[in-house]
Amino acid sequence: MFRIDFNKLRFLVCDDNPHMRRILRTLLHSFGAREVYEAEDGATALEMYSHYVPDIVITDWAMPIFDGLELAQMIRQPDSKGNPYAPIIMLTGHSEKRRVTVARDAGVTEFLAKPISAKGLYQRILNVVASPRPFIKTKTYFGPDRRRNTNSAYMGPERRVGEKHEVLQQPSLLDKARSSI
Amino acid sequence: MAKNSARDIEVKAFATHQIITQPNPLRKVLRRVDKKDMDDPIARAEQALADLSGEFKIWMTTEVNRLSSAYVAIRNDGFTKGRRDELFHAAHDIKGDAATFGFPAAAGAAESLCRILEHAPDLERVPAELFTHHINAILAIVHENTKLDSISVSAELSRRLRKVADDYLADVNRDRPEHLEVILAPSIVPAE
Repeated sequence: MFRIDFNKLRFLVCDDNPHMRRILRTLLHSFGAREVYEAEDGATALEMYSHYVPDIVITDWAMPIFDGLELAQMIRQPDSKGNPYAPIIMLTGHSEKRRVTVARDAGVTEFLAKPISAKGLYQRILNVVASPRPFIKTKTYFGPDRRRNTNSAYMGPERRVGEKHEVLQQPSLLDKARSSI
Repeated sequence: MAKNSARDIEVKAFATHQIITQPNPLRKVLRRVDKKDMDDPIARAEQALADLSGEFKIWMTTEVNRLSSAYVAIRNDGFTKGRRDELFHAAHDIKGDAATFGFPAAAGAAESLCRILEHAPDLERVPAELFTHHINAILAIVHENTKLDSISVSAELSRRLRKVADDYLADVNRDRPEHLEVILAPSIVPAE
């Protein structure tokens, strides 16, 4: 069984809602974290990200100036001077599947839908600490491997080329939905 | 502490992509413990949240007052992008926070309001009652939450509002399949 030494981790929490920041700070301190930096908008978070070099970023989606999705995209710049590999946990009130996909495509490492729980947050942190995924760089994407499972039979439009399978073009789910109405 | 040097990073190049691997920079914070280890960080955090819960009612009141003010501005002066966003953010925050603060029915009603704001093709044409019923319900749920029998009434109220909102959205989006698909898709958050 493994435990995390939270006192060795540095967190950056970004949420425009002061109540949610207080909840997150309480949870992280209870887990044992000492270094928890807080930002209330994406721009401040990006500045703090460069300055404090956190180990893990926990961000809300909907925020002023620029949102959590844009924050993730700015962190995931492969040629930036900062660290483009830090795990990003998106904690959000959005709970639709398409939002998970959009967050994943922005380079978010883990998605946690509110309401927040101590267990849910701990598990996401354990995932990023104990089981980091390799990073993938394509023309349009840089971030953690979006494949959670190996599916050698997958032949969808985003199949990566050069490993074992070639690409077969297929209509998107939205196109299929449109054509069936 | 969590950054490897460039020489630790291994890059494998393929036709359409690169796979980048590196030693786990956070491996040093993992510690193997005996199964008999009694420390439970999750229980500790849950207790800390319980200790904080005395403040939740005050926080929730702040949130619903923000929602109410945002709607009053719209009722007085109409929808603009800024006013719509303020109402959406207030409702969205309640959707995310209310269950944590002990008001799950308010979260349900706020989610329903968010869906109207997100998927109605023209907010000016949404019947005003649909907004006022949602906002009054959220206010009532928060203000009446401590009264006997109010919790089941709140949950029922929230369910009915969602049904009315979903019927409305399904009707006005019948020619917009991309919205219809999202409206009809199940939430990734399990039902209470």
